[in-house]
Amino acid sequence: MHPLLAIKPGDKRLLMGNEAIVRGALEAGLRVGAAYPGTPSSEIGNHLFSISQELSGLYFEFSTNEKVAMEVAASAAACGLRSLTCMKHVGLNVAADTLMTLAYVGVRGGMVVVTADDPSCHSSQNEQDNRYYARLSGLPMLEPATPQEALEMTREAFELSEKLEIPVILRTTTRVSHARGVVACGELPDYSRFEKGRFEKDLKRWIPVPAVARERHKVLLERMAEAEGLASKAPFNRVVKKGPFGVVASGVSVVYVLDAVKELGLEEEVSLLLLGFTHPFPRTLAKEFLSGLERCLVVEELEPYLEEALKVLVAEEELRVKVLGKAEGYFPRYHEFHPEMVKAALAKAFGREYKAPEAPDTSWIPELPPRPPTLCPGCPHRETYKVVKEALQELGEEENTVYPTDIGCYTLGLLPPLKMADYLLCMGSSVGSSCGFSVATDQRIVSFIGDSTFFHAGIPPLINAYYQGHRFTLVVLDNETTAMTGHQPVPSQEIRPEALKERPVISITRFCENLGLPTIQINPYKKEEAKKAVREMLASERLGVIVSKAPCVLYKVKGK
Amino acid sequence: MTGFRILAVGVGGQGILLFSRLLGEAALSQGYDVAMSEVHGMAQRGGVVESNIVLGEVKSPYISPGEADILVALEPVEALRALGRCRKEATALVSSDPVVPQIVKDGLATYPEVEPLLEKMKEVLGKVHIFSGEKLAREAGSGKALNVVMLGALAGTGILPIPREAYLDAIRRVVKPKFQDLNLKAFDLGYEAVKA
Repeated sequence: MHPLLAIKPGDKRLLMGNEAIVRGALEAGLRVGAAYPGTPSSEIGNHLFSISQELSGLYFEFSTNEKVAMEVAASAAACGLRSLTCMKHVGLNVAADTLMTLAYVGVRGGMVVVTADDPSCHSSQNEQDNRYYARLSGLPMLEPATPQEALEMTREAFELSEKLEIPVILRTTTRVSHARGVVACGELPDYSRFEKGRFEKDLKRWIPVPAVARERHKVLLERMAEAEGLASKAPFNRVVKKGPFGVVASGVSVVYVLDAVKELGLEEEVSLLLLGFTHPFPRTLAKEFLSGLERCLVVEELEPYLEEALKVLVAEEELRVKVLGKAEGYFPRYHEFHPEMVKAALAKAFGREYKAPEAPDTSWIPELPPRPPTLCPGCPHRETYKVVKEALQELGEEENTVYPTDIGCYTLGLLPPLKMADYLLCMGSSVGSSCGFSVATDQRIVSFIGDSTFFHAGIPPLINAYYQGHRFTLVVLDNETTAMTGHQPVPSQEIRPEALKERPVISITRFCENLGLPTIQINPYKKEEAKKAVREMLASERLGVIVSKAPCVLYKVKGK
Repeated sequence: MTGFRILAVGVGGQGILLFSRLLGEAALSQGYDVAMSEVHGMAQRGGVVESNIVLGEVKSPYISPGEADILVALEPVEALRALGRCRKEATALVSSDPVVPQIVKDGLATYPEVEPLLEKMKEVLGKVHIFSGEKLAREAGSGKALNVVMLGALAGTGILPIPREAYLDAIRRVVKPKFQDLNLKAFDLGYEAVKA
């Protein structure tokens, strides 16, 4: 049995934030889940995928991208089933088009959208603050601080979503998703059979043509007003009223604040507003909290989201309190916080003596060798890179080549000695940017994309390239799995989990051939043969696709 | 118990995550509050891996510079890299067997002579235990049991108020039956190495 199913009600377990979200969703009666993996959200999908194989009452799929996944969950919720989709922060950019209008049409069954943000870019290309998506879309948002809250808030998010008939955003960060803590679990409902829902037609609801959309926007705003009332009374928003100095915090900063207040001996003096239900901004509660305070420090990672909401409130209500935050230089707008930083800021804001903890002298330590992540021993990507590099060298073209690349393990081709990654934006950008490069420069363009990324966002720009007559060579590194995030399934894989044995194998080579594109498939381990074929492809100087097919070595071992 | 901050560092593949899990389970079985955090993803591809473990009254699952009470390093260069995260009075447990990064093998960086540097560590920290964890792990049956050797060593110091039996129980609960004897032996060897 999956360990998350084996936990008895009332049992306390050491769970990762992402595991707590899964358990919370199951306790709430989740029926349909869909996701595209991305760190730090990936474990949510991984657990749901393997649990769905044990429980006939749960459906889960790894969809081709976040937009598709959100649409799967949305339509299930439109049929009255509880659904969930999860993604990393940048994944929500891909699903944003769906999200914005989904907020208008809403749901019937509870729907939760998990976005896992990554301050400090531990494994991401940017550190955008997805709390703004809650404001942009007008959807309620919960932000857990600990794994225990992650479980409770996930459960509550379904209730809230069903009550308001709109999806609810659950926003975590790396230090919540990948934190482990003691979690007390609740009861699991019956999952012995899949109870289908039913879609009730309603043109004035589900078809947002302009006349309908105009009305639905008003409905959404009414729901927001209702949600503000709920946020101001939510148990996840806690007030501890003591002295005239206040601190407001949300997310993991809540625990940093609790430790800091204790270690600075401010427990009897500082008033706290600890927020877990952060959109709509709990204005009534915040106003009550601010009344009578002199100064108030806002502790939140990334953007001054709460800070600005508080400052607007102070201005509109003509309150006397001075709100201190990023604008006043107490915290940076970049990177994740750490506890000591919060302690120092609290001491500074409230005029307390503070001595930073004393670290040992480290000035004598010489420069240490870095450990940049590298391609694994035996990785087929490295062989492909070498084949392409040598083919270009033989053509005397290596110096003249630009290598747009994409998101996946193979981004590591940027490192020496390969140095075969020159330009990257996001999923699928290798192909789209190659279109632009081929117009804007006479340099040769050879771009790289993985199998999962190809299915996710590589196909529309490839069709564009062919139709517009752009010239470049696209190398598809088909290792038959989503390797970077932990080997989630892809449509091109031949080694597959038992549950997916009956699914068709979608060949990238045949797909490109059928489009009419010059396409070759190589085995990167057969170096000379592969190099000869690559050289011929490069010689033609037209748009062409090279599919380098060899399973990820780690996946091959695991899959057997 | 008030609170303890334990920082475990090493290289992807050394089993830091299992180390933290076992420590966390042992502490939880004694009724202590536990919070941990780790970073996944790119870091695991042969990169630096660190796990922050806090026990007792501390809530923040992350350890700031100068805050760690105990440093457990599965690799000597990683011990040096993490030194600034320790309190001056901290105790460090360091396995002295180098894991040389690919970038050094490619001739793009140099790996320092670690022995004198580890000796120097003794001058600036409260207490430093240095030993070849890999040798002990191999003695137990597999070099891969280094993580559990280090757990045994941590228990052996007696700094944490967690009885030996609680760690052994955690190993029995978490580790696959096939590897239990090996790991229990690895734990004992680490325990004795530091105790003696």
